[in-house]
Amino acid sequence: MSFDISLWLLQDGVTNGSIYALLALALLLVFAVTRTIFVPQGEFISYAALSLALLQAGRLPGVVYVLLGGGLAAAALELAQALRARRWRHLPRRLALYLLLPGAIAALAWWAAPRKPDLAEQVLLVLALVTPLGPILYRIAYQPLAGASILVLFIVSMAAHYVLSGLGLVFFGGEGLRSRPFADAHFRLGVLDVSAQSLWVVAASLAIMLVLWLFFSRSLYGKALRATAVNRIGARLVGVRPELAGSLSFAIAAFIGALSGVLISPVTTIYYDTGFLIALKGFVGAILGGMGSYPLAVLGSLGVGMLESFSSFWSSAFKETIVFTAIIPVLLWRSLTTRQVEDEEE
Amino acid sequence: MKLKLAALAFCTAAAALPARADITIGVSLGVTGPGASLGIDYKNAYPLMPKTLGGEPVKYIILDDASDPTNAAKNARRLVSEDKVDALMGSNGVPSAIQMAQVAAEAKTPIIVLTPAVLSPAVLHWSFIVPQTTELMMGAIAHEMKNKGVKTVGYIGFSDTWGDLVLKALQSFAGPDGFKIVTDERYARADTSVTGQVLRIIAANPDAVVVGGSGTGGALPQVALVERGYKKTIYHSHGDVNGQFIQVGGKAVEGAVAVTGPLIVPEELPADYPNKAVALEFTQRYEAKYGKGSRNAFAGYAYDGYLLLDAAVPVALKKTRPGTPEFRAALRDALEKVHGVVGTHGVYDMNPSTHTGLDERARVLVHVVNGSWRLMK
Repeated sequence: MSFDISLWLLQDGVTNGSIYALLALALLLVFAVTRTIFVPQGEFISYAALSLALLQAGRLPGVVYVLLGGGLAAAALELAQALRARRWRHLPRRLALYLLLPGAIAALAWWAAPRKPDLAEQVLLVLALVTPLGPILYRIAYQPLAGASILVLFIVSMAAHYVLSGLGLVFFGGEGLRSRPFADAHFRLGVLDVSAQSLWVVAASLAIMLVLWLFFSRSLYGKALRATAVNRIGARLVGVRPELAGSLSFAIAAFIGALSGVLISPVTTIYYDTGFLIALKGFVGAILGGMGSYPLAVLGSLGVGMLESFSSFWSSAFKETIVFTAIIPVLLWRSLTTRQVEDEEE
Repeated sequence: MKLKLAALAFCTAAAALPARADITIGVSLGVTGPGASLGIDYKNAYPLMPKTLGGEPVKYIILDDASDPTNAAKNARRLVSEDKVDALMGSNGVPSAIQMAQVAAEAKTPIIVLTPAVLSPAVLHWSFIVPQTTELMMGAIAHEMKNKGVKTVGYIGFSDTWGDLVLKALQSFAGPDGFKIVTDERYARADTSVTGQVLRIIAANPDAVVVGGSGTGGALPQVALVERGYKKTIYHSHGDVNGQFIQVGGKAVEGAVAVTGPLIVPEELPADYPNKAVALEFTQRYEAKYGKGSRNAFAGYAYDGYLLLDAAVPVALKKTRPGTPEFRAALRDALEKVHGVVGTHGVYDMNPSTHTGLDERARVLVHVVNGSWRLMK
């Protein structure tokens, strides 16, 4: 293996690794705030990538129906809850959130799709279509079970994953799609030929990480999320509503998933079920980082990207085996060094 | 009262009689799961089939196996034991088809196998394989490469049974056709990058590259190879030939060469091509229903499976009525003797020793010209 090839592989590893890093951050966030292993994260990637490709073809992405249907179901749940508790104060605002907002976005997509808007508008539209799915999913599947054990929440996640990926097959079909690159340009960097798209991926990932850091360290909502992650009961005592924290963390996760989808969609062919595997690698990254620290999760994810690109060069048939086997030593080390803590208090 | 009961029993029996004569075909396809893109194409062929088989009314029971071999076996078992089907059909995905064929052999029910599966003799007794063997198809590619003077070949294929099958077929020609396979790279359909594999191929700098993928999955290596400046011809197995392949690959797949059945380019076939009429008619009906450019080889396999049954059922009906073990055995015997059935992929002359029926007439070389698959002249 020559030096040139190592550089190429390094570049490939960093590009994929930064996508995994974004996803690892989202997974960690959701886990810290709601104790949910967020399996359906991957579906947001597929939804966004396929929606972008469809928008570029001038077609209305089927995700609008998921959005409208999900919004309707969430609104029905809110209504039922209000009826049962006979408390109407919050109802109008929540109905607006679950009915009017998705309705407005869907109408916008329906209007814009045949007009083939330019790339920036397409990307914004896709983000607007996919991000609300996070809170809607939280409202339907997780909020009623918020107090359940990690295992129950994980099973809910599996169910949500199958439902969403099934819907993806219905609305996007079985064949893969690929969208046009943001920019066709290539830059020569020594022996490397860096595509503008891969720079986009890395730059966007860095920007999101910076924004997340600012959000969590500066804004009130970010601090509320952090408080919930540190201690749920304590956060509730000081007035952070757990529903809001859950909903917000799911929105951020869905947004990150959608953004990853948009970034990766011109790089490779995305199928309705591709997102799951991508998110799974983000999850491996988070585990390599110990499933607790954000910077370590980013490092772990970059490691996954590298491992993947180098093993695809050396022994491509065993690539996935190598990547997923990497969890085992980390888990062993973790279980030997960490003291068992009771995390099911409340 | 007794009379009434007897009359009732008689009426039910009479009502049940014509129903028993209906032919039932059990189908299991992976219309969800990883093989969904192909499974949906297969399934699309069924609404285009007539409502009769050999002149008798027919009922197709189509189940989804989610591209999982265990489910395919379960479906096959259900179809033979509960629905008492006269024949099975399935599945997309070689491992699923193998599982189904095993169940079929146990239950002594004939099965129309819709993928080029390789089966043991005992199982093969009840199985009839519609698609061209991988050797037949890759033989055309090997022949073409030999004509072009290709000496070294880089291989990149799926890390599954399909990737293995294509490589094995290619290897069987490597010696005699005078080329050497210099790389065996693998990737998965859901991979986000094949940079590592492609770098290895470029480092080996072979005279040609062969891709063993399926559907849009086959476009990824070609796009990556072209991006890295590979200029020589890239050949594709017959799994890659559909419209979405070009949509996904865009300009990078221009010039790609692939082998496929005649039904992809029926318009361009010479007028005396043996199955031009059948292929053209099927393609037109398919595209009328599913949209322009939706043509694909897989729906053709399912349709040819119907044509094989349609030819064999009248022979079996002469012996006995559907729904009986004797009928299933008779249908098997009749399928083995199928001769000269013109299908969408070619002319089927069932060979009793291999249970495959297609020959060189069932393969054509196509290439991508100006964003569509065209016959190579």
